[in-house]
Amino acid sequence: MPGQAAELVFDEATKQYEGREEAAVDRLSLTVPAGEICVLVGPSGGGKTTALKLVNRLISLTSGDIRIDGISILEQDVVELRRSIGYVIQQVGLFPHMTVEANIGTVPRLYGRSKSWIHARSQELLELVGLDPSYAKRYPAQLSGGERQRVGLARALAGNPPLMLMDEPFAAIDPIVRARLQDEFLRLHEEVRKTVVFVTHDIDEAIKVGDRIAILRPGGRLAQYDTPAAILDHPVDDFVAQFVGADRALKALALRTLVDVVLGPPADGPRIARTASVRDAVSKLIETRADSLAVTDDDGKIVGSVWLEKLV
Amino acid sequence: MLLGAGPVIPNFGSGTSCEVNNGWFCTSWVRAHWGDTLQPALVQHVELSVLAVVIGLAIAFVLALVGFRWRLLDPPIGVFSDFLYTIPSLALFQLLVPLTGLSVLTVEIALVSYTLLILYRNLIEGLRAVPADVVEAARGSGFTRMQTFLRIELPLALPALLAGLRIATVSTISIATIAPIVIAKGLGNPIFIALKQNTFKTEIFAAGGLAVALALTADGLLVLAQRGLTPWTRRARA
Repeated sequence: MPGQAAELVFDEATKQYEGREEAAVDRLSLTVPAGEICVLVGPSGGGKTTALKLVNRLISLTSGDIRIDGISILEQDVVELRRSIGYVIQQVGLFPHMTVEANIGTVPRLYGRSKSWIHARSQELLELVGLDPSYAKRYPAQLSGGERQRVGLARALAGNPPLMLMDEPFAAIDPIVRARLQDEFLRLHEEVRKTVVFVTHDIDEAIKVGDRIAILRPGGRLAQYDTPAAILDHPVDDFVAQFVGADRALKALALRTLVDVVLGPPADGPRIARTASVRDAVSKLIETRADSLAVTDDDGKIVGSVWLEKLV
Repeated sequence: MLLGAGPVIPNFGSGTSCEVNNGWFCTSWVRAHWGDTLQPALVQHVELSVLAVVIGLAIAFVLALVGFRWRLLDPPIGVFSDFLYTIPSLALFQLLVPLTGLSVLTVEIALVSYTLLILYRNLIEGLRAVPADVVEAARGSGFTRMQTFLRIELPLALPALLAGLRIATVSTISIATIAPIVIAKGLGNPIFIALKQNTFKTEIFAAGGLAVALALTADGLLVLAQRGLTPWTRRARA
């Protein structure tokens, strides 16, 4: 079975449906370095899901190329290609007639792995995605939406693919569970370090999970491809500026924590942990109407202070 | 149409008083004629019905594969099986005799025709009802088209297929009771004979009752099979 992380290159990748004037994806070129999370984001009709499905050839390229670790997807057997790519979709698509363990074992079974190997692997993966190993014997109908998506993630990881494609994986989940799944996904990514292409229509989600963000405009053209901070600080045009929102300055604050801030001398005031984001600190200043905040370390000891001018 | 010779014709003159008076139900007659009349008829009835359902299932399966794979062919196949289903069974039996004679083949052609509509429709609807996201997940995980069909689509169509199989089986057992207008076989045979014997009630009730019991038993067995084969349908979220 495949291993580690792969570099993914879109090279003038184009999808033009017959009889349509505008391309779905138009000469998309970008490189996702191995082990990074690239978020494709944009308004509906921006071709982000199409771009994703070009990679595992659920949709075929009209022109251009896509390469995984330098090998064109067109040169690979389509079934082998898909088995080597983890695939997570919004509606999860768990197989309702199979137990959680059998669902997770989908790709290993296609590779001819033994029952005992699959059992051990599914136990390991359930733990990794934060589910009790006793879930192995359940059927999908017995799970909540959030639990199903965790199993979907475990299934996509089971073949140890060097590349994962995730199509709005958390969009159908309620906001509280979604935020938790995003956090856990980032923690999990720290652990497994796969290359990930992640589609969302939610710019906040893109900023939160992406190492890099590719913003697509209608007609499937790339508007900007950069780190979240760079996109928030320097949107290339009005379209990007509008898409990231009028509050982009505030959004940018969410990308830094107080660890990144030069603190003032310790002083009393409303307390905030040093691990909190700058955005949370600003929010606290507004909420408490205090002039400054007392920043605490992990033990709750005051190590410094911050005020508005320090933060922005 | 001629009747085949029945195994034993009840004799009004020499039976018990119940039999002589053509009472509603004479257990004495049932006891005396279980071995020579009722049991053989029951066995024949099972054979006729099982054969019809098995052949019907095989044909419906092939037709459903074709109709599922090539959507354009679904309407004509559907109309054809609809048409077969609407022909009155008595008429269909008669119509076939000039072609296939007074044979088991004639009976089976007619019985199979009546299973096709239900089995075809249920199987194809079951296949179509498989959620698109499930199929997409399968294809995206690297299932071949054949693997997707055998491991995902077909198992998920099983509840609908088994529901159709129950209806087809029960109706086949019921329709098979008119087989004796072609051949002297099945539980219809003692009924036909009894009708000719001045409507001998005991024999009609005994054979008719057996047909009902057979249908209920077959249905019960299929329910058990359904439970065993589709465990996921019973485990709703707690």
